[in-house]
Amino acid sequence: MDTRIVPLASERGAALESAYSRAVAATRRRTILTLAAVAVLAVAAGFAAEVRPLVLVENIGNFTAYLGRILPHLTLANLRGDFAEWYWGLPKWAALLGETLLMAYLGTLLGGLAAFLLCFGAAANLARTRIGCFLTRRALEFFRTVPEVVFALIFVIAFGLGPMVGVMALAIHTAGALGKLFSEVVENIDMKPVEGLIASGATRVEAIRFAVLPQVLSNFASYGLLRFEINVRGAGVMGFVGAGGIGQELLVAIRNFYYTDVSAILLMIVATVVLIDLATERLRHHLIGLEQAR
Amino acid sequence: MSDASPARAPAPDLAALKARYPQAFRVSWASRLTLVGVLAALLGLAAFAMVRLDFSAARILSGLGRLGEFAVLMLPPSAEGHLADFLRALAETLGIAFLGTLTAALFALPVAFLAARNVVPNPFVHFTVRRGLDVMRSVDVLIWALIWINVVGLGPFAGALAIACADFGALGKLFSEAVETADRKASEGVTASGGGALHRIRFGLVPAVLPVLGSQMLYFFESNTRSATIIGIVGAGGIGQYLTELIRVLELKQVAFLVLMILVTVALIDAVSGRLRRALIGGEPR
Repeated sequence: MDTRIVPLASERGAALESAYSRAVAATRRRTILTLAAVAVLAVAAGFAAEVRPLVLVENIGNFTAYLGRILPHLTLANLRGDFAEWYWGLPKWAALLGETLLMAYLGTLLGGLAAFLLCFGAAANLARTRIGCFLTRRALEFFRTVPEVVFALIFVIAFGLGPMVGVMALAIHTAGALGKLFSEVVENIDMKPVEGLIASGATRVEAIRFAVLPQVLSNFASYGLLRFEINVRGAGVMGFVGAGGIGQELLVAIRNFYYTDVSAILLMIVATVVLIDLATERLRHHLIGLEQAR
Repeated sequence: MSDASPARAPAPDLAALKARYPQAFRVSWASRLTLVGVLAALLGLAAFAMVRLDFSAARILSGLGRLGEFAVLMLPPSAEGHLADFLRALAETLGIAFLGTLTAALFALPVAFLAARNVVPNPFVHFTVRRGLDVMRSVDVLIWALIWINVVGLGPFAGALAIACADFGALGKLFSEAVETADRKASEGVTASGGGALHRIRFGLVPAVLPVLGSQMLYFFESNTRSATIIGIVGAGGIGQYLTELIRVLELKQVAFLVLMILVTVALIDAVSGRLRRALIGGEPR
């Protein structure tokens, strides 16, 4: 088939062209305005945050020098001995790292439990009263907006030093963060099973158990795993304020310039976090697969 | 059912139904065992953790009593004449969060394209870039702050750099995922009309991912305002410096005031950036 492409009549072409260039100009104007706003904000923020680029340029050598200094002196000839010297504190650090992981686990579990109990009250479709829903949401917001380290600082004074305080701070923050996510999951469920159960005389708890839980449980577990991963990172710095875990050791090493200790501990933390990241990601994909198979 | 009498057909015969569909009425032993096993493992680990981490009911009880006293001491929240200082620290905190997020995003953007499978097909490159991002991400903001304090000295600048570093890893990962899930039809169109690899990125990918990236940046800015409030604990500027000192000396009225300030600010930023995010994602013609 032979189709000829007929050029547009010249006045229509001109109209089209002017409309096109107007549209392009409008987009350009908007982009330039956005960029200008961001630039103005950035300069203002730079003043507020006392940015001194010259200091950075001058001292960037310090950064590389610091990295160089914290790296251990490993020689091929005496690899075993050098390694043993680098990781001289391995038993102590491993125990502290284990403590950190346990803190993250317990914090996630307790916080997750609290979130589980609160999320049905914060979900608009299941909350019994409007005011209860509002109050639960505000409480969750408070729990997750106040940083966990601030909770830890206050709790350390109230409960004394130690990992228990870290767990409590993590748990409260987790309850806030997970409670919000959980309640969003609950709000997105299919309400028909719930209505069916209520119609056949089920109580609220029974309806939640048999109509809501099967729909949300795998999502809850997936969010819980994600939170565990975040909490491992959070538990790592709880020691900065005396709330247990490996953070204290790291803080001492950095503050007292025990250079190779810094790299040894950092490497352990990074390796653990990356491993847990990969493991939970795999588990979560498994859970999401379960969800889609249903 | 062979023996079901036709006279009572409408009434459900539960016993017969159970006999006919046993699997619908009874959870299989295997799945019940797994459930019990998983629960037991979770609880066992929790009990072990509690013992190992020195949980004690006595300490919890006495601590709760003290927390109650603190709560009374916090009322009423008041700045007690330090309002100007607090506001300056709050501005500093917002500056740290904004600059940190912006810097991280600027650096993460090019790296994200390197880490995306559909832009750089070389598996070695994107594996290396991804693991690098993972490492940056797995070091906490507070640790980055301690490291940067060694370089640029105490103050908010170190905080901004710390947030930039930690977020660079996280944003790089998210950005690269956004690039990977972008609709590839636009890029194919650009290729079909004779565009090169750079054209494909500029006209095929960037317009598709930019709104997503913008909304993720806003989301990170929100969460960074929260992180920036604590970065002062290690001396990297912002409102955290006051918060730490005031908690240590138990000036709880001022602490409560600061916490309220943070809550209000975060809520405001949430509202504004939520609106901006919706405008970015919803308003963009697809």
